[in-house]
Amino acid sequence: MELFLDQFLNIEIMRQAAPLLLRGLGMTALLCAVVVPLGLAAGLVVALVCRSRYRAVRWPAFVLVDFFRAVPPLVLLIFIYAGLPFVGVRPSPFAAVCFAFLLNTGAYYGEIYRAGIDSIGRGQWEAARSTGLTAAQTLASVVIPQAVRNVLPDLVSNTVEVVKLTSIASVVALPELLYSADMARSLTYNPSPIVAAAAIYLALLWPCVRLLSRLEHRVGR
Amino acid sequence: MFVDAFLNQAVIDKYLPDILWGMVVTIEVAVAVVVTGIVAGLALAALRSFRLRPVNLLIVGFVDVFRALPPLVIILIAYFGLPNVGLSLSGFAVLWLVLSLVLAAFAEEIFWSGILAIRKGQWEAARSTGLDFPQTLVWVILPQAVRMTVPPLTNRTIAITKNTALGAVIGVPEILMQAQTAQSFSGNATPLLLGAVAYIVLFVPVVAVGRWLETRFAWGRA
Repeated sequence: MELFLDQFLNIEIMRQAAPLLLRGLGMTALLCAVVVPLGLAAGLVVALVCRSRYRAVRWPAFVLVDFFRAVPPLVLLIFIYAGLPFVGVRPSPFAAVCFAFLLNTGAYYGEIYRAGIDSIGRGQWEAARSTGLTAAQTLASVVIPQAVRNVLPDLVSNTVEVVKLTSIASVVALPELLYSADMARSLTYNPSPIVAAAAIYLALLWPCVRLLSRLEHRVGR
Repeated sequence: MFVDAFLNQAVIDKYLPDILWGMVVTIEVAVAVVVTGIVAGLALAALRSFRLRPVNLLIVGFVDVFRALPPLVIILIAYFGLPNVGLSLSGFAVLWLVLSLVLAAFAEEIFWSGILAIRKGQWEAARSTGLDFPQTLVWVILPQAVRMTVPPLTNRTIAITKNTALGAVIGVPEILMQAQTAQSFSGNATPLLLGAVAYIVLFVPVVAVGRWLETRFAWGRA
């Protein structure tokens, strides 16, 4: 038990690692602040393109969405970070992460929006158009607000996944929370800093997970 | 330049066997994770329906923690932490164990939603025919609940299975690891493209089946 405490919950080492972890947390927050809005916006575009009336537009969009849903995000990230330099583009770790997330989360958010928009009946479109709204106005002020409400649990759930996913940025040496914690681990030969990082993730995400369980069970009933 | 960097025939010939071997490892981990994770999740959901307070608190705690933590964080804690307390697991074992636990947590939550969605009358009717509680659960409730949970469970399972790529970080010789190694030995990006193609070959059919299941078992028709 003492060995366990010393190795996993070593307060002294956690205290030493705290400044590093806090800086990492800052980077994680910055990353989320860029990546989540970017993904939400890209997803909306993806959903609209996937619902285009032209097959020539719709089909390539579906293929791309399935492509980016099939490739693990870490593979995409490594491909961008380690592959692009071979054609003369040298993205910074931050840029590579943002680009990889744009492609991956855009596809996932897109599928969620699409399900939401599909759930809105034709009557809503027709009623809105008949009051004199243009198609764009109908979409923006009638369909999308209702669609988002219908898929809110999925949007929240995907956002939690995106925040968790930012931890893979550590693999390309972006100094976010997990990278800082792993750095502290290798400096101290003690895994406690990673446990501390886990505690931080838990403190941030646990309330969201609780909220989600409630939302999901309500939908289920 | 692009062809030379990403579609170099000599590099393909040399490293394709490694990537194929990586695919085998990825499939092994993926199958092991899916089987263990879903069985464990179903067992936990069944256990939860007995509504024993202390047991359920433990289950909910486990589920919440494994849903809230990034899998890579858990993998690093297990891989670098456990040897320090005298428990040395291979990268393969850590990857399998951690991803199974994560999938079990998500699967439990999904199955439990399904069980809650079954109307009370089903329980009462089954009990009144003389089935006891476990029999009702196994023969009446779970078959209906599981059917309802197919689409969300499929999506979640695919997402977690793709996390096998995280094994590259702890030296499991799966696709990504093989591709990165080959890339640094050859000084050429072709293996990365091969690796991406390998994932596409494995997962596009799975994603397509997921899409089909989603329409087939859509809400309301279930």
